Amino acid sequence: MAGLSKSLAAPQPPAPELRRPPFLRRLTRSTGFSILVYAVVLAAIGYASYAGAARMGYNWQWYNIPRYLYRFTDDGFQLGELTLGLVMSIYLCVTSFAIAFVLGLVIALLRLSDLIIGKWLAVCLLEFLRNIPLLVLVYLFYYVLGPIFGWDRLTAGILCLGVFYAALISEILRAGILATPKGQWEAARSIGMTRGQAYRYIIIPQAWPLMLPPLTGEVIQLIKSSAIVSVIAVAELTTIGRNLISDTYMSFEIWFTVALIYLAVTLAISLVVTALEKRVSHNA
Amino acid sequence: MTKTPVISARNLDKFYGEFHALKNLSIDVAEGERVVICGPSGSGKSTLIRCFNALEYHQSGQLIVDGIEVYEGSNEIIRLRQNVGMVFQQFNLFPHLTVLENLMIGPLKVRRVSKADAEATARRYLDRVHIPDQADKYPRQLSGGQQQRVAIARSLCMESKIILFDEPTSALDPEMINEVLDVMVELAEDGMTMVCVTHEMGFARKIADRMVFMDDGEIVEVADPETFFTAPRSERCRDFLEKVLHH
Repeated sequence: MAGLSKSLAAPQPPAPELRRPPFLRRLTRSTGFSILVYAVVLAAIGYASYAGAARMGYNWQWYNIPRYLYRFTDDGFQLGELTLGLVMSIYLCVTSFAIAFVLGLVIALLRLSDLIIGKWLAVCLLEFLRNIPLLVLVYLFYYVLGPIFGWDRLTAGILCLGVFYAALISEILRAGILATPKGQWEAARSIGMTRGQAYRYIIIPQAWPLMLPPLTGEVIQLIKSSAIVSVIAVAELTTIGRNLISDTYMSFEIWFTVALIYLAVTLAISLVVTALEKRVSHNA
Repeated sequence: MTKTPVISARNLDKFYGEFHALKNLSIDVAEGERVVICGPSGSGKSTLIRCFNALEYHQSGQLIVDGIEVYEGSNEIIRLRQNVGMVFQQFNLFPHLTVLENLMIGPLKVRRVSKADAEATARRYLDRVHIPDQADKYPRQLSGGQQQRVAIARSLCMESKIILFDEPTSALDPEMINEVLDVMVELAEDGMTMVCVTHEMGFARKIADRMVFMDDGEIVEVADPETFFTAPRSERCRDFLEKVLHH
């Protein structure tokens, strides 16, 4: 092209190639570098705890941990205390999430309804639940409502988490429902659907993909908050951990283990939901 | 008009806050009649036909559609809407359902007909709007004109007695307007009771039994198409026609 005759006439500096980003940026953005940074940080934390523990003369007993996860006895394979605690935690979370979801849906629909009383009820409940600390709510459920209604500690814990998260989940559901275009409502109503049918067949199926990511966030939040019911001694993971420590004095090992178990569960849920979201968005 | 009216509106008033959207408005539509409503934007045309299937409610006056009195809180509204179909400017198809499912959901869930019947009806009407081979696609895979024809078929599947059209071609690209209008003309020829809000004057002239001109929340002029287009009586109507026809 034009450049050709020019380069014949006078030597040109070589055309710059597509400019590569500077070396440093390429380095800091590479996967290997991220893994390295991650490893270094972990090693630093590990070393700091070891050094600190050594300075206080801490007696590490990691070899004692596996038997709290599982053990083989004369009766055969048995789950350890921590695993049983995890099972209880999961039970707690599943039941309280079920309650939270159903109650949250009711609150959301009440807020969106034409019923003035329903709206007010929903708003009052919501503000009440959102504005007191979860810890206080746990005490309220166990020490006040518990004796009144005859709940044991597990029931009180499940109901407390369920009701608290219902408030948060209702906001997510409401936002998802409101995000559906008004025309969808009108089309549904114009073919004679009742409000309930419109929700069920038209609105919710469309709002669902929008609700999934924030709902996952709440599930993970719920799992983490479930540790709080250890203050009323429900035998879940955190409570078990605390009890084990008072028996064995292995506080470092056990708290590390408990933290890792929570981490594993929440990460697993995130991964599953990410996969689910991909499928939902493919279908939509 | 010798036939009994299927829509009978008497002295309707409607306000949006301070705004007086419908002013003491009265109109009758007879069975099998095709009425085309036109007028400048903001004149209350859409509001009026949205009152006919209770997507909006008038605040005073009396409105009887298909023998059912329309008022807020009536428990016959659902029954009314089953007999009065509506086609929207923005189509409002259900994006999470296929074309066939869009057509079947009303009959299945509202009229509670069997699945086989619902599908047969749906396919028959898809045929009638000339897109039989799009049944398994999703609405977003169709052109605007096709989507609007699906929307018309969705109304037909409910076996409605009356179909209301709210500017059905206003959101369409020009080359797709005719395919939708053609379907509407065929409907008209089959004797469907239709109330259309539209600016398509050629179409109006072809199918309308009566033309209605609205402005500022009032019905200004009602006439048969011939008189309406050749000798409009009111100044406002003449102005309006001048603007629409010379475009």
